[in-house]
Amino acid sequence: MSAVLPGDPAAAPTLPDVLPPVRRRGAVMRFVVRHPTIVAGGALIGLMIFIAICAPYLHTVDPTALAPARRTRAPSPQYWFGTDMLGRDIYSRVLYGSRVSLIVGFSVALLASVIGMLIGLVSGFVRWTDALIMRIMDGLMAIPGILLAIALMALTRGSVQNVIIAITVPQVPQVARLVRGLVLSLREQPFVEAATASGSRFWKIAFRHILPNTLAPLTVQATYICASAMITEAILSFIGAGTPPIIPSWGNIMAEGRALWQVKPYIVFFPAIFLSVTVLAVNLLGDGLRDALDPRAAGRL
Amino acid sequence: MTPAAPILEVRALAKHFPLRRGLFGGATGKVHALDGVSFSLDRGETLSVVGESGCGKSTLGKTILRLTEPTSGEVWLGGERIDNLSVGRLRPLRRRMQVVFQDPFSSLNPRMRVRDILAEPMVNFGLAKSGARLDERVAALMDQVGLPREAMGRYPHEFSGGQRQRIGIARALAPGADLIICDEAVSALDVSVKAQIVNLLGDLQQALGLALLFISHDLAIVEHLTHRVAVMYLGKIVELCDRRTLFTRAHHPYTKALLSAVPVPDPLARRERIILRGDVPSPINPPSGCRFHTRCPFVFHRCRIEEPLLRPVGGGHVSACHLDAAVAADTEKLLPHHQEGPGAHSLGSTDPSGSLPSALGQTPDLRWLDHARPGPPN
Repeated sequence: MSAVLPGDPAAAPTLPDVLPPVRRRGAVMRFVVRHPTIVAGGALIGLMIFIAICAPYLHTVDPTALAPARRTRAPSPQYWFGTDMLGRDIYSRVLYGSRVSLIVGFSVALLASVIGMLIGLVSGFVRWTDALIMRIMDGLMAIPGILLAIALMALTRGSVQNVIIAITVPQVPQVARLVRGLVLSLREQPFVEAATASGSRFWKIAFRHILPNTLAPLTVQATYICASAMITEAILSFIGAGTPPIIPSWGNIMAEGRALWQVKPYIVFFPAIFLSVTVLAVNLLGDGLRDALDPRAAGRL
Repeated sequence: MTPAAPILEVRALAKHFPLRRGLFGGATGKVHALDGVSFSLDRGETLSVVGESGCGKSTLGKTILRLTEPTSGEVWLGGERIDNLSVGRLRPLRRRMQVVFQDPFSSLNPRMRVRDILAEPMVNFGLAKSGARLDERVAALMDQVGLPREAMGRYPHEFSGGQRQRIGIARALAPGADLIICDEAVSALDVSVKAQIVNLLGDLQQALGLALLFISHDLAIVEHLTHRVAVMYLGKIVELCDRRTLFTRAHHPYTKALLSAVPVPDPLARRERIILRGDVPSPINPPSGCRFHTRCPFVFHRCRIEEPLLRPVGGGHVSACHLDAAVAADTEKLLPHHQEGPGAHSLGSTDPSGSLPSALGQTPDLRWLDHARPGPPN
């Protein structure tokens, strides 16, 4: 067998590298490249949670300590974000205020998801309750969420728990609608019929077959609820219907700085920046989760 | 019941879906998905149900399984009437009849591992006492359908279509069913995979003595695995006979048209094609008389006014066509009188001509339904 000589037509010409060499990446880097929004959103939320938890150790002072002699100071090495009209350190107040926002945001997302999911499950599964429950949900949805929350706050005393409840109630119908729709389409799936045929009871079908398949869209919805709850909390505090003024929250700080915003804009500016960045982070996370969990539904929600 | 009792007997089964319009609208009409379907199925036997899409094949399967409630008629499973049982009373009986669905992608819960999918029926029916026993059974099922045991811990999306259909079959086998309803079980698969699954079903039937109700629109597949064939058109069985008779001596014009549409893998073969014109009429308002008369090439006056009943045309072969009436008129006189019993039920709608035994105060015999018992195919 003779060796193939160069120039022999039988020899394959040396092919150029058409495909660039594949770079090997670690698992972490691959995740970052594939889901940049999840990583960015998650990192920002992680930072906010860190700030909220470690607020006492981040060079802060008592956020409620009054110092009438040092009112409305501009940002300086001593007061990083300046002081408000009662001389309180805005940096400390903004950092402590993140606690309220995060607690309200996450609690509302969790509560609204769980309650809405149960209502949606019953409504989608027990046919005769469907019309009744959905009309009640329609009724709740007909009232603007913020008005309903203000009304609920007017009925009760201002406290973080009451704010959470007041924001949760208007959010529940949206989750219930979402879950009901998912249940209605899932219950007709062949795998649910197969489960019925193989003797599964009603509750087993609901909790083992239907529920786990609603979790992905529900998680995405929960992030949006979280973001909107943070904004609603700030709005309620801003108009004085939310967290009591003693507790520093971003809404409260902005409400107090409102009168001076033309002359001392930093009082409003810093809590507003924190609020915007946090809401942006939660929305980024939600968008990323939506694309990652269910590519088909990417355009729907 | 005697041991010879059929595993499944369906008597005059009907399913009408009400049509609702508007917000508070009541029923403005109904879809006649099934109308007076009767047949019986023995242990270890395969009965195929064929017909165009929309003829009620799948509704038949679902109604037998009580996944939809029947409008009227009876379903007897192994000598027990199941169509009127409460959900709780029916549940233990579900163990005996299982289902394999068409779409191998939507028939498996995407969020459950294969082990859990297969274990579910066994847990429901209390068939395995311990977790180890359950794993053993699941492993045995995986072997039985030709899947690697290691795949137990995987999710359905990690399998190909054919493998998923094997999982679906394993799930149907899990509770030790006597009857498996295959609702277009191979229609969504590639040709080569289709053949594997059909062979698997045949092997399992031989090994376990399963009865199969094989719902399909594909006569070529049916020819390979069935004992008897029921041809459906617009919610009714128009012809029922054993496989060989169907492919050689079909009586009903609709069956002939279906058969002439089966591709023959011979470029030189020349045969008579019967091409049906028009679409299947709406099952909301089925045609008067014979439901096939709008498309039948041999239609005559009687077809438009009078509904033909299923008549025996010899050798356990029944066909619902007025063309057979001459033959049937002779056979009817020979029908033995049948005693009134749980098995007695009129077939289909009444015959306005009054020529049938039902109009004479007698009950038509159902025995012709199970006369022909050919051996296993091939």
